[in-house]
Amino acid sequence: MEILPYIVEPRQDTGLYNAKVGIWLFLASEVMLFGALFSTYILLRVGSPEGYWPHGWLNIPIGTANTIVLITSSITTVMAWASCKMNQYGRFKFFHACTILLALTFVGIKSYEYHDKFMHYSIKLADGTIADGHFVEKSKDFDLEKKTGDFTIHGHVVDLRNKQGEELQNELKKIYDLRSPEGRAVKLEELKFEASQIASMERYGPWHNTYLAIYFTLTGLHALHVIGGAIVIGFLWGPGSRMWKTEHERFTNRIEVSGLFWHFVDLVWIFLFPVLYLL
Amino acid sequence: MSDQHPDKPTVTTASPASEAHPADHFSHHVRRYLFVFYALLFGTIITVAASYIPFGNRAINIGVALFIASGKAFLVAGYFMHLISERKMIYGILLFTAFFVIGLMFLILLSYGDFPLNTVRH
Repeated sequence: MEILPYIVEPRQDTGLYNAKVGIWLFLASEVMLFGALFSTYILLRVGSPEGYWPHGWLNIPIGTANTIVLITSSITTVMAWASCKMNQYGRFKFFHACTILLALTFVGIKSYEYHDKFMHYSIKLADGTIADGHFVEKSKDFDLEKKTGDFTIHGHVVDLRNKQGEELQNELKKIYDLRSPEGRAVKLEELKFEASQIASMERYGPWHNTYLAIYFTLTGLHALHVIGGAIVIGFLWGPGSRMWKTEHERFTNRIEVSGLFWHFVDLVWIFLFPVLYLL
Repeated sequence: MSDQHPDKPTVTTASPASEAHPADHFSHHVRRYLFVFYALLFGTIITVAASYIPFGNRAINIGVALFIASGKAFLVAGYFMHLISERKMIYGILLFTAFFVIGLMFLILLSYGDFPLNTVRH
């Protein structure tokens, strides 16, 4: 007697094999997970004071390239499944190898973006102005506590002191709205600050502000899904593919189920991209 | 690499769907998948292009971007995930999920009035 019936054949009552019901129930829970985070994003965004919610902080060409990478991985996934159905082993191996490479490309590009953020500094200067830009170098003796050495960034300085109304909003755009005319007009240059000039400094990590906190949470969780999916697909491409010759139909079902998860990951990114990069 | 696995035994097509979908039938599916892929690429380009158009109100830009994203999501879910022709049980699961996700969004709307001031760090 089979312990787990319907691992290949569809059940008569549902018309589905067990794994397919399982993956859709799992995806339903995933929808709730990401739905909760998306609703958190909405609440944080509408609760942000005017002019302080960042726009244009993420590189649109890089985000677009990553979107295309993920869409391409979706077509290679579905082609791998179709190859299983058409009994074309070589094509299956080729398409899923492409999927794995595209997944690694996506994670690589995302890592580059994260690195860029961690190299970005917001520096509150002792005179009350704010220097904002990417790290260039620091002297060996740089120590903010002891006030020794110097720190160099490639960026600009904004002055929010004694500004109100429209004047304040226009100055804020130089930091927060990089897609606005004011933001685009900012000229970046190499700026060196003595430690004694610096009151405090912070990287653009998830702790820096609410936008970056939700950005890292959403994209980090999504990246974990990409890595998890790639590991499963990698297993099915490698040692797991032995099942092709022993239980072909069951193997095809595994490819379908892992593919459904992969398409869901693509689906989430389809919404993440415009929400975080474009709007 | 051989297109046919060397040790591949005769395929036992347990699923009736498999019997009804020989290789030539799947070629038709493959053409459809490619069409969806091109549509998704086009949708991505349109989404980026639309974000540069000043509609006069950011809410319109948000609406346009989410509308295009919904279209792309429909293509992925409908064709790559085969939701366009799925069993009733899957639709049932998704109906429940949609109900709770929409409920979650409404809860957020209801709590908006209670959002504590000055808690968004910038």
